[in-house]
Amino acid sequence: MNSLKIKEIIKIKKENQYVKTIFFKYDENIKPGQFFMIWIPNVDEIPMSVSYIKRNIAAITFRDVGDATNKLFNFKIGDKIGIRGPYGNGFKLNREKIIFIGGGTGIATLAPAIENAYKKKFNIKIIIGFKNKNELFFDKRFGKLINNLYISTNDGSIGYHGNVTDLAKEIIKDEDCLIITCGPEIMMKKLFELFNTYQFQASLERYMKCAVGICGQCCVGHGLRVCLEGPVFDATMLKNIKDFGKYKRNESGNIKYF
Amino acid sequence: MVFGGNLIDISAKIGSIKIKNPTILASGIMDQDAESIKRVFENGAGSIVTKSIGLKPKKGYLNPTFVELEHGILNAMGLPNPGINDFKQEIVKIKKYGIPVIGSIFGSTSKEFIDLALKMQKFGVDALELNMSCPHAKGYGLEIGSDPDLVYNIISNLKNTVKIPIFVKISSNLTDIIKLAKAIEDSKADGIVAINSIKAMKIDLTIRKPILSNKIGGYSGKAIKPIGIRCVYEISENVEIPIIGVGGITNGKDAIEYIMAGASAVQIGTGMYYRGIDIFNKICIEIKDWMENNNYKKLSDLIGVAHI
Repeated sequence: MNSLKIKEIIKIKKENQYVKTIFFKYDENIKPGQFFMIWIPNVDEIPMSVSYIKRNIAAITFRDVGDATNKLFNFKIGDKIGIRGPYGNGFKLNREKIIFIGGGTGIATLAPAIENAYKKKFNIKIIIGFKNKNELFFDKRFGKLINNLYISTNDGSIGYHGNVTDLAKEIIKDEDCLIITCGPEIMMKKLFELFNTYQFQASLERYMKCAVGICGQCCVGHGLRVCLEGPVFDATMLKNIKDFGKYKRNESGNIKYF
Repeated sequence: MVFGGNLIDISAKIGSIKIKNPTILASGIMDQDAESIKRVFENGAGSIVTKSIGLKPKKGYLNPTFVELEHGILNAMGLPNPGINDFKQEIVKIKKYGIPVIGSIFGSTSKEFIDLALKMQKFGVDALELNMSCPHAKGYGLEIGSDPDLVYNIISNLKNTVKIPIFVKISSNLTDIIKLAKAIEDSKADGIVAINSIKAMKIDLTIRKPILSNKIGGYSGKAIKPIGIRCVYEISENVEIPIIGVGGITNGKDAIEYIMAGASAVQIGTGMYYRGIDIFNKICIEIKDWMENNNYKKLSDLIGVAHI
C-alpha cells in the first residue's frame, strides 16, 4: 500500500520567473524518473516527477501553468502538500554513454537521472532547450557537473538559435549511446524518428487519476499504463505506441490530437 | 490425473450469454479504450464490462479521485466518459477483436437509457449493464437505483425496445435490497449484478478535510467482500434470474464463495490493484485447483450450494 502522506515544505527555490522547486523531507527510495501524485488540498491532485533525490530530501520542480501549479507557486515554507508514490518505473541507466535531451519542464524529470549517471562516472552529454534565456533553469546545476552541456533557445537569446532537435542533430554523431529524453511529446517523437537506430528512452505524460494502474485513464498503445508500466518507455515499446506524438486522452477519455 | 485440469469445466452462462470462464472485468477498470480491454481479455477475462457511458462526454470530478486505504480503496471518479458517440469506435474495435463485451450505461431518465441502449446495441455489444448504483454521481447511479418503481419503469421500457440481454448493477446501500431485486425480476431484466462500491469517506487528520474532491466516494476491495456475499445470498433466496457477484474478489476462493452464495459469474475490478492485470488467469487456475481438490467437474454445480 502506498497511502497518502502529508509533507511540510522545507525549502522553496525560484528557478526563474515561471519555475519553482519545492523541497520536502523524504527518506524512502526513489528511482530517477519516478513521480509522485501531489495533492494541493482544496485544489487538485497532479502527477509530478521528482526533480531532486537527496538523502532524506526530495523535491518537485514545476511551471506555473494551471490552477494546481498556480496555487503551489504561491505556497510558502511550512505549507503542507499531500504526496503518494513514488510511482512508475523510472529510467534505466543501462549504457555508460548517455545523451540526455530535455525540453522545458521535462528537464526537471531528467535531473536526478543525470546526477546519478554523473556519480557512476558515465560519459554524458546534456542538451536542453528553452523558449528564451529568461526560461533557463538547472543550467548551472548541470554546468557544475560536466562541460558537455548544450543549450538551445528558440529566439537565440542564449546558446544555439533554434530548437533542441536541430541542436541534437548537430551534436549527436555517435551511434553507440543511449538517448534519454523528456519534454513536449512532439519534440520526443521527432527525436525518436531522427535517432531511430539508437537506444532510446522517453518519459511520457498523461492525465492521471488513480496512478496505480487500474482506472485506465493514462493507457497508451496496447493498454500500457503510463503510471505503472511507464512513464519511461524504451524504443521497442515506443514503436508499438501509435498514440506517441499523435494524441492523448482528456479527462473524459476523448482523443485530443497534439 | 495428469490431464485432470482439462476436464474441469469453468465455463459460465448468464441467461443467454455464454463465457469461457466466470471472471468478468468490472466497469470502470481499464476499460476506457479498446486496446486496454483487449489486454485485459488476453489476461484471461471471460468477458468485459465497459466503462459506464453516458450521452455526452463527462469530465468527472477533479482529483483526488482515488485514495489507497489499508483494507480497500476509495474512489470518486464522477462517471468520466467520452460520451456514447465517441465510444462507438472503441466498441467496433472490441467486436472486431471478437471479445464478448457488456456495455455499461448510465442515464437520469428512461429516455436517456433508451437512447444509450439503442446505440450500444447498434454498435454491437453482447449485453447491457445498467448502472443503477454508482454511489457518488449526482442524478445518476444510486440516485436512480434506490427507487424500485423507477428502476422497474426504466427496465420495462428498455425491454420493450432492445433485444440484447439487460443486466442491472445494484448497490448495497439500500434499506431493502430484496424489494429492488424483485422489482428488477418483475421488469423482465436478464440478470442482477451485485454489488457496486459502497458509500464511504476518508478524512486526513493533518489537513482536517476529506481527501476526495467529491468528499464521498465508493469503497471497494478486500474489505467489502462479506457485504457482497450477503447481498448475493439474499437476492438469490428471492429471485430466479441469474446473478453476477462482485465486490472484493481477489482470488479463486473468493470467486467460489460468491458462486456458492448464488452467483453464476463474478466481476473483478479492484482485485487488479492487489494482483495485477493477470488476476483473471490466476483466479481461473485457483478455481480449477479448488474444484480438482474438492471433486467438482462443473463450476455450475456450485451455484447456490450454500442455500441447500
